[in-house]
Amino acid sequence: MEMIAKKNNLEGAQMLEINFGPQHPSTHGVFRMNVFLEGEKICALKPVMGYLHRNHELIAENLTYAATMAYTDRLDYFNSMANNFGYALAAEKLAGIEVPERAAYIRVIMGELARIVNHVMLIGFLLNDLGAFFTPTLYAFREREKILNLFEEVSGSRMMGNYFRFGGVKRDLTDGNLAAIQRIVSRFPAFLDEFEALLTKNEILCMRCQNVGVLPAALAVNAGITGPVLRASGVNYDIRKVDGYGLYDRFRFQIPVGQKGDVYDRYYVRILEMRESLKILEQALEQIPQGEILNKKTLPVLKMPRNFKPAVGEAYGRIESPKGELGYYLVSDGTPQPWRYHVRAPSLINLTVLEDMCLGQKVADAIIILGSIDIVLGETDR
Amino acid sequence: MTFTKNTAAVDGSLRDKLAKKGVVLTSLDFLYNWGRRSSIWPLQFGLACCAIEMIAAACARYDIARFGAELFRASPRQADLMIVSGTVTKKMAPLVVRLYNQMAEPKYVLAMGACAISGGPFIDGYNVLRGIDRYIPVDVLLPGCPPRPEALIHGLMELQKKIASQEIQTAPWYQKGLKREFPIPELGPNGLIPKFNPEVWQPPKTNARKEHYGQPILIGKKQKAPDLEAVAVAPSVPPSGAAS
Amino acid sequence: MKLPIETVQKELEARMPDVKLRKVRDSLLIENALDLRRVAAFLKESPEFRLDYLSSVTGADYLAYLESVYHFYSVEKKQGPVVLRVRVPKTEPKIPSLAPVYRSAELQEREAYDMFGIIFEGHPDLRRLFMWESFEGYPLRKDYEQEDTEILEAADIAWLDAHRIAVPNEMKEKARELQAAGKRAVAQRPEKPRPA
Repeated sequence: MEMIAKKNNLEGAQMLEINFGPQHPSTHGVFRMNVFLEGEKICALKPVMGYLHRNHELIAENLTYAATMAYTDRLDYFNSMANNFGYALAAEKLAGIEVPERAAYIRVIMGELARIVNHVMLIGFLLNDLGAFFTPTLYAFREREKILNLFEEVSGSRMMGNYFRFGGVKRDLTDGNLAAIQRIVSRFPAFLDEFEALLTKNEILCMRCQNVGVLPAALAVNAGITGPVLRASGVNYDIRKVDGYGLYDRFRFQIPVGQKGDVYDRYYVRILEMRESLKILEQALEQIPQGEILNKKTLPVLKMPRNFKPAVGEAYGRIESPKGELGYYLVSDGTPQPWRYHVRAPSLINLTVLEDMCLGQKVADAIIILGSIDIVLGETDR
Repeated sequence: MTFTKNTAAVDGSLRDKLAKKGVVLTSLDFLYNWGRRSSIWPLQFGLACCAIEMIAAACARYDIARFGAELFRASPRQADLMIVSGTVTKKMAPLVVRLYNQMAEPKYVLAMGACAISGGPFIDGYNVLRGIDRYIPVDVLLPGCPPRPEALIHGLMELQKKIASQEIQTAPWYQKGLKREFPIPELGPNGLIPKFNPEVWQPPKTNARKEHYGQPILIGKKQKAPDLEAVAVAPSVPPSGAAS
Repeated sequence: MKLPIETVQKELEARMPDVKLRKVRDSLLIENALDLRRVAAFLKESPEFRLDYLSSVTGADYLAYLESVYHFYSVEKKQGPVVLRVRVPKTEPKIPSLAPVYRSAELQEREAYDMFGIIFEGHPDLRRLFMWESFEGYPLRKDYEQEDTEILEAADIAWLDAHRIAVPNEMKEKARELQAAGKRAVAQRPEKPRPA
C-alpha cells in the first residue's frame, strides 16, 4: 500500500484496498482486480490473472498440429470459429499449404458470423454491467441462438466447432446452410435497428458511458492495443485491410473509427462493425463459387495426423479476431509436434491500459471500462 | 415415479375418495422437498466455457426459470446450488472451497463439464485440478464439453430427484453440531497442499488411465532442439486466398 | 505491406555499425542481448520504418539457451512484420526490458518470466503473471517436472494432521519413504511426445 501511495504521489491519503475477487458477477470470468480507493475514486488498480491458466501452450507442444485445433476453440470461447481461423492460417504459413477458393469463402463467412455473435453478446454483457439487469442480454442471446443453430448444423457443435482444417474446412456448406445464412443476414439488420433504437440515444447510456475511460491514441498504439478498442480511439488499423488475409481484399467494407476513445465510442464502433460484417456476409454469399473445400495435400493428414511434419521453421499468423489481433507463433522442428507454440492473446494485452483508463474514475465506472475492453479469460490466461 | 415413502400407509382408492371430497393427503417430507426442489437458486459462479452454456440455459430459449432456478444469486449465503462450470485451476481451488464453506445449508454442488469432473481435456497440466470432487462433495456430475443447455437442465432434474428422496429425519443439516465445511487448501511451491482431502476423495485403486497409457501424464520429452539456421530455405509462403 | 528483413538489416548496419546482427530465416538475431533496447528504440523513431507497435513477445526454450522473439509492426505506415530475436544462456538469462520503450511489453515480459525464468532488466514490475508468487520452477521449460497429484507428500500429511483429517496409513508410509529418500513426488513422463 505504501509503495502504491509513493508511486502515485498520494502520501498521507487514506486508501482503502478492495478486492474485486475472481467470483464477481461482472468480471467476465475469473479475473481479479485489486482496487485502491480514496473514497469512491480509484487511485490505483492492479489486475491479477492466472485463475484460468490451463497450460494450453504446454499441451499443444505435446500434441500433433491437427489435434491442437480442438483446443484452440477453448481459448476465446465466445467465438470459437475465429480462433480456429488464426491457427489454420499460422500452420498453413508454416507448411506452405494453400486454401481452395470455396473453402476461403466459407472461412470468411464463419469468421464474420463469429464476429457478430461476439459483438452482440458483448453489448448484452456491457449493458448488464451498467445495471440493465439481463434484459439486453436476453435480446442478444436470442439472436445468438439463431447463429449457433447454424454453427451446429455446419460443424456439429454449438460452441466448440473444431471446423477448420489446414487447407480448408471440414465439411461443405449445403444449399440449406446457405439459405439459413441468407435468412440470418436479411433479418439481422431489423434486430440491430431495434437494439439501437433502445440503446444508442438512451440517456442513461450516454451519461454513464461518454467521457468515461478515455484512451488516447498514442498510448493505445504504444501499449499494443488492437481491435475495436484501438479503433474507438481514432486509429484506423484493421488487420483485415492491412494484411489482406483470407479473401478480405475482394469485399467492399469500411472500418468504423471512433473519435474520443471512451466507453461509448467502443460500444458504437462495435455496432457499426456488426453492420459492416453483414455487408461482407452478403457479398460473400453472392460470390461463393462451387469447388472443393480442402486442399488435397491435407487429406492424408486427416487420416494420420502424425504425417504432418512441416520442415524446420517458424511462422506467425495473425487475424483480426473480434477482440483484437489474435496471433499464433509456431516453431517446427521436423517432428509431428511443434517445438514452440504461443498465442498472442488480445485480451491479455488490452489489459495493459486498464489502470490508466480507470484512474480518477469511480468504482462503478471501472466495471464498465473492463466490460468495454472485452476480455475473455480463456484467452487471457490460456 | 413415486416421490413419497408413505404411500403404502393409505391405499389408492381411499386416497381418491378423500380427494373427491377436497381432502389431499401428503407427507411432510414430500411437501418439504417439493418446496426445496422447485426453487433451487444457483450461485452465479461461471469459471470458463461451460459458463456460457449456463447463461444460455438461463436465457429465453432454454429457460431454466421453468424449473425455478432462474435467480442466480451473487452471494453464496443466498444460494442453494453451486454449479462449478468450467476448469478449476489450482490457483482457483482454494476460492471454490471457501465459497462452498460460505454457502448456507442445505447446499448442493453440480459439477458441470468434463473439466469440473476430472480435469477434462486439460488434465495433463501443471495448474489444473483434476476434478473439484477432491475437496468438496459433489452431488451431480454432468459430462460434456460443454454440455448443452438441455443437458444442464437434465442434470438439474436429476438433482431434483435426489432432493426429493431426502428425508427430514436423516437430513444432515438438522443433525446437532454438524457443519459441512471443509478445510481450504493452500498454494504450495509445486501445487496445492494438500493434493486432495482423503476424507472426501481418494485415488482409485486401479487407475484406468495409468494402466492404459503407463504413466499418469502424457507430456512427453523432446531431446533435440531445432536449429533454425541449419537449412537455408526461401521465406515461408504467405497465405493466398485463391488457389487450388 | 511486407517489409523485407534485408532492408532493415542494411539500415541497421549502416546506422549502428557496432551492433552485431545475423539473419536467421526471416528474422534478425541480435548477438549481444544488451543492444536490444537501442535497436528497438532506433526502429521506433526511424522515419523509414516507424515500427511503433510491438505485437508479440515470445519466450522459447531451446535446451542450450533461452530465446526471446519480438514481432514489430508499423501502425503509421501499415507495414511489417519485423522479427528480432535475442538468445541468452540458461545460467544467466538476463535481457534488457522493452517496457520503457513499448508499454505492450509489460504483461508479455512478465509472462515470459513466469514461464521461462528470463529476467528482464529495467522492467517496472517483474513478478509472476499466471502462477502464484510462491510457485517454484519455470513450467514451460523443457526440463520442468510436474508433481504427481495422487501421491501425498510429507508437507501434505503435516497439513492434514494439523487440520485433524484422517489419513490412511499406506499414504503416510509412502510420504515417509519419499521424505527419507529426499525426493519429490514427480509425475512420470513418457520418454517421447504423444504419437497422435
